[in-house]
Amino acid sequence: MVDDQLRDLGKRVQAVRARRATELRGSGGASRGQASGGMAIGLRIVIEMVAALAVGVGGGLFLDAEFGSSPWCLIVGFILGSGGAFANVLRTARDLDARQKREREAAIASERADGLDEG
Amino acid sequence: MADKDAAAGGHGGGGLDPLHQFQIHSILDINIGGYDVSFTNSSLWMVIAAAIGYLLIRQGAGAGALVPTRMQLIAETLYMTVANMVRDNVGDAGRKYFPFIFTLFMFLLVGNLVGMVPGSFTFTSHIAVTFALASVIFIAITVIGLVKHGLKFFTLFFPHGAPLATAPILIPIELISYLSRPVSLSVRLFANMMVGHTLLKVIASFAIMLGVVGGIAPLALLVGITALEFLVAALQAYVFTILTCIYLHDALHLH
Repeated sequence: MVDDQLRDLGKRVQAVRARRATELRGSGGASRGQASGGMAIGLRIVIEMVAALAVGVGGGLFLDAEFGSSPWCLIVGFILGSGGAFANVLRTARDLDARQKREREAAIASERADGLDEG
Repeated sequence: MADKDAAAGGHGGGGLDPLHQFQIHSILDINIGGYDVSFTNSSLWMVIAAAIGYLLIRQGAGAGALVPTRMQLIAETLYMTVANMVRDNVGDAGRKYFPFIFTLFMFLLVGNLVGMVPGSFTFTSHIAVTFALASVIFIAITVIGLVKHGLKFFTLFFPHGAPLATAPILIPIELISYLSRPVSLSVRLFANMMVGHTLLKVIASFAIMLGVVGGIAPLALLVGITALEFLVAALQAYVFTILTCIYLHDALHLH
């Protein structure tokens, strides 16, 4: 008796959840995500870039202080740090691209599934 | 003292210093072997955050009812969020690291949110705290990768399919890129929290300086930014945790 009620409740919760998910996807869900996402993506890329450069320059300065080879390690560290910064930016961009593509494919797939259910 | 007053005056009067909230002061002086390990306001709020996180989960999961109470629903939602995150980003191999990742997420989430309570202290707004967390994660993940793959772990520093002649340039670049992970991880969290809280304080001081009539506009802005700060608090805890998952995935699967 109680089990039946619970199962019924579970079914209803699941139905509402599915409906809510499709509604969110349909109306403004994507555009709202993009508006606040642009700033976040920009900040993420900037931090990745600065972090690699800071590690390169910091490492160079440390090695210079250690071996008294100023300024050569700093120069090499700066160049390698710039390379690392670009590597980080490229990796982040590729990661974001892949994520976006996966989300789009998932949305298309679930829409198709909805269409099959109704048809 | 005189310097401090002059600095506060330079900001436009009222003695409102937006950075005052980040000051660390000792509550209980402890000195062990010449090292200052005092119990500070930062430590106090870390303990409070850990206690709230523990009690929330304990209270929520303790009942284990089939029809959840509100408390249980909160605990289960948090658990499911992190469980899905680990499953999607690390895969099945990440299951045994779930307790650590969940603890990390709860600590940061509660710490960020507790920092939004007026008069409290946001310990995540100090790079000393976030960098310590990021270093522990970075070292642990490197050790996990080394134990799991041995010397093969170092293929992480050479992109698959690149010509061998490019190795002298690519390996240092990849090494720096790898070493920059804890820096970017910790700077992201600390910068977001510090900027947000400073902004709140600056706009609040506008509201005070402009008086009852003119202060309405900054006050309205303040309400909006407070809501935004709650979003940032939750989002940054999530981002910190998800990046930990991604780094763990790299160490476990090597590309």
